[in-house]
Amino acid sequence: MAEAALLEIRGLGHEFDVSRPWLQRALRGERRRFLRAVDEVSFAIPRGQTLSLVGESGCGKSTIARLAVGLYRPSRGSIHFDGTGIVAGQAQPALRRRMNMIFQDPYASLNPRWRVSDIIAEPIRVFGLMKDRAQIAARVGGLLSQVGLTPADGTKFPHEFSGGQRQRISIARALSSEPEFLVCDEPTSALDVSVQAQILNLMKDLQARLGLTYLFISHNLAVVRHMSDQLGVMYLGRIVEMGPAEAIFAAPRHPYTRLLLEAIPSLSEPGRARVPVGGEVPSPIAPPPGCTFHPRCPLANARCRAEVPQPLTLQTAHGAVDIACHAVAEGRDRA
Amino acid sequence: MSVTATPARPGLGARLRAAYDSDLCYHFRHSPVAVLAGAIVALMLFGAIFAPWVAPHDPFDLASLNLMDSFHPPVPLAGSVWTFPLGTDDQGRDVFSAILFGMRISLEVGVAAVLFAMVVGVLIGLLAGYAGGVVDAALMRIADVQLTFPAILVSLLVDGVVGAVLPTDLHRSLQIGILIFAIGISNWPQFARTVRGSTLVERNKEYVMAARVIGVARWRVMLSHILPNVLGPVLIIATLNLGFAIISEATLSFLGVGLPPTEPSLGTLINTGNNFLFSGDWWMTVFPGATLVLMVLAINLLGDWLRDALNPRLR
Repeated sequence: MAEAALLEIRGLGHEFDVSRPWLQRALRGERRRFLRAVDEVSFAIPRGQTLSLVGESGCGKSTIARLAVGLYRPSRGSIHFDGTGIVAGQAQPALRRRMNMIFQDPYASLNPRWRVSDIIAEPIRVFGLMKDRAQIAARVGGLLSQVGLTPADGTKFPHEFSGGQRQRISIARALSSEPEFLVCDEPTSALDVSVQAQILNLMKDLQARLGLTYLFISHNLAVVRHMSDQLGVMYLGRIVEMGPAEAIFAAPRHPYTRLLLEAIPSLSEPGRARVPVGGEVPSPIAPPPGCTFHPRCPLANARCRAEVPQPLTLQTAHGAVDIACHAVAEGRDRA
Repeated sequence: MSVTATPARPGLGARLRAAYDSDLCYHFRHSPVAVLAGAIVALMLFGAIFAPWVAPHDPFDLASLNLMDSFHPPVPLAGSVWTFPLGTDDQGRDVFSAILFGMRISLEVGVAAVLFAMVVGVLIGLLAGYAGGVVDAALMRIADVQLTFPAILVSLLVDGVVGAVLPTDLHRSLQIGILIFAIGISNWPQFARTVRGSTLVERNKEYVMAARVIGVARWRVMLSHILPNVLGPVLIIATLNLGFAIISEATLSFLGVGLPPTEPSLGTLINTGNNFLFSGDWWMTVFPGATLVLMVLAINLLGDWLRDALNPRLR
């Protein structure tokens, strides 16, 4: 990548301790159990661009989002923001001010007991960006107008707004500390389709105006196609295919990506025959050996069951795509 | 709440009118039960707070007592005197005045005990719920142990231990404080458990994460984000506990370990009056008893109403 990356993630891994309480474990003779949510994830987001992560529920997308803003401490690997390492749980106000997050559920992401103006002003107050009350009020009013609400809405409570309006408030809050980088964790999945488009266009518009960098998490491929420059497809905590969004949508190579894109309904070919995706996502507590996708993969062979595939860089018309798949590496997918 | 409904004074007119038009006040005005309970509580609060000025006699002033006035029945009955509307006790004290002063002490002990239990319980519950893990387990086991002792037993225990440790004079002068501590300490686990439960739900909500993302300090997340969202149930428990605390105090005083007859609470009055119940002088115990029942009932009804009114999602 030519441009300097704003966010760079290397070899990121995160595990959750899902063991039973100590006493029960001791009585049943169990060992500690860990859920491997994220494994060996590396990517970089150039300034001003959008990188999207897609995948099924439970594949670790949201965990990466939370790791990126420092909500969790990574088990392995490193996260660098503009060249500086992020360590979770430590006070780095200067770094934290430059990033923020937009959440999935607009009904849970705004404190129901706070007035909208206080919600939006919280980052300003926490980072001490402004002291004067009138100044803060003016800034909050400006932010509300920027996201398509009116300054008078600041005196209301969140429950007086619709889902789409709440998501606008959430965006205004995320923007209030003038960040450069926003993590968007499925920001439209709780909204109606018509409202989704409004919010996505607002986000694109703000990106163009303010030069924002997005890490965009979604399971909706249509939304991702609309938003992304770069795209990473995740399966069970790993990135299986990553590259320019156009390249992947034009010519998906990884069998999982192909199955995902295959599942998109098409207006031009209604009722076409599809290859159904068999099976369920395996448990991340006991992931299958080798390539984690092998139990569902139509191309799996003995090597896939034994050996973890490493990312392989392929050049395409739209740029370099990294694919972690033995079948692609061996050319079996074209057979 | 009822205070805001009083007619506006000239200077504060606009603000009081705004308060009168507020949702809460509207809700209050349109709930007959709340208005009735509020009126009773307001009247009792008034009587209790201004007892020295409202009461026709001072039951603490021994010089004003006259044994000739003892055992007057309440007003419509034969032998009653208008200066003692609810009759007099064996010392010639006015029952009505004694009730006013008794309510004062009962409310004082009740409110202070509930506040004590609430502050301790809410802080422990928040900490346990938000910190989780070992802290949570340790605090909740302490609460479990506390819950296994009945409130009255704890109160008797505290009173007994303090009484044995401190010299009698000091014990006497600290009696109210000891009662407050004894009643409060047996009630905090209720607050702690409720708050912990709500905190466990709230702490994983995205608004808490939004605050953590920007690096808000843990204690501020707890106090300014989570606390307002877990206070709803606390308010209900506090009002129900206020009734309970008042009754606990009355029980202790009735059993003779609470406040002495020289400083009578409602419970003490019921106790002293009880000795004369079988000689036909029922008013000494029935009026304080009825006052106690009415007070606790009104407080509980008001608490129920407040729960509904303060929940923005129910409006």
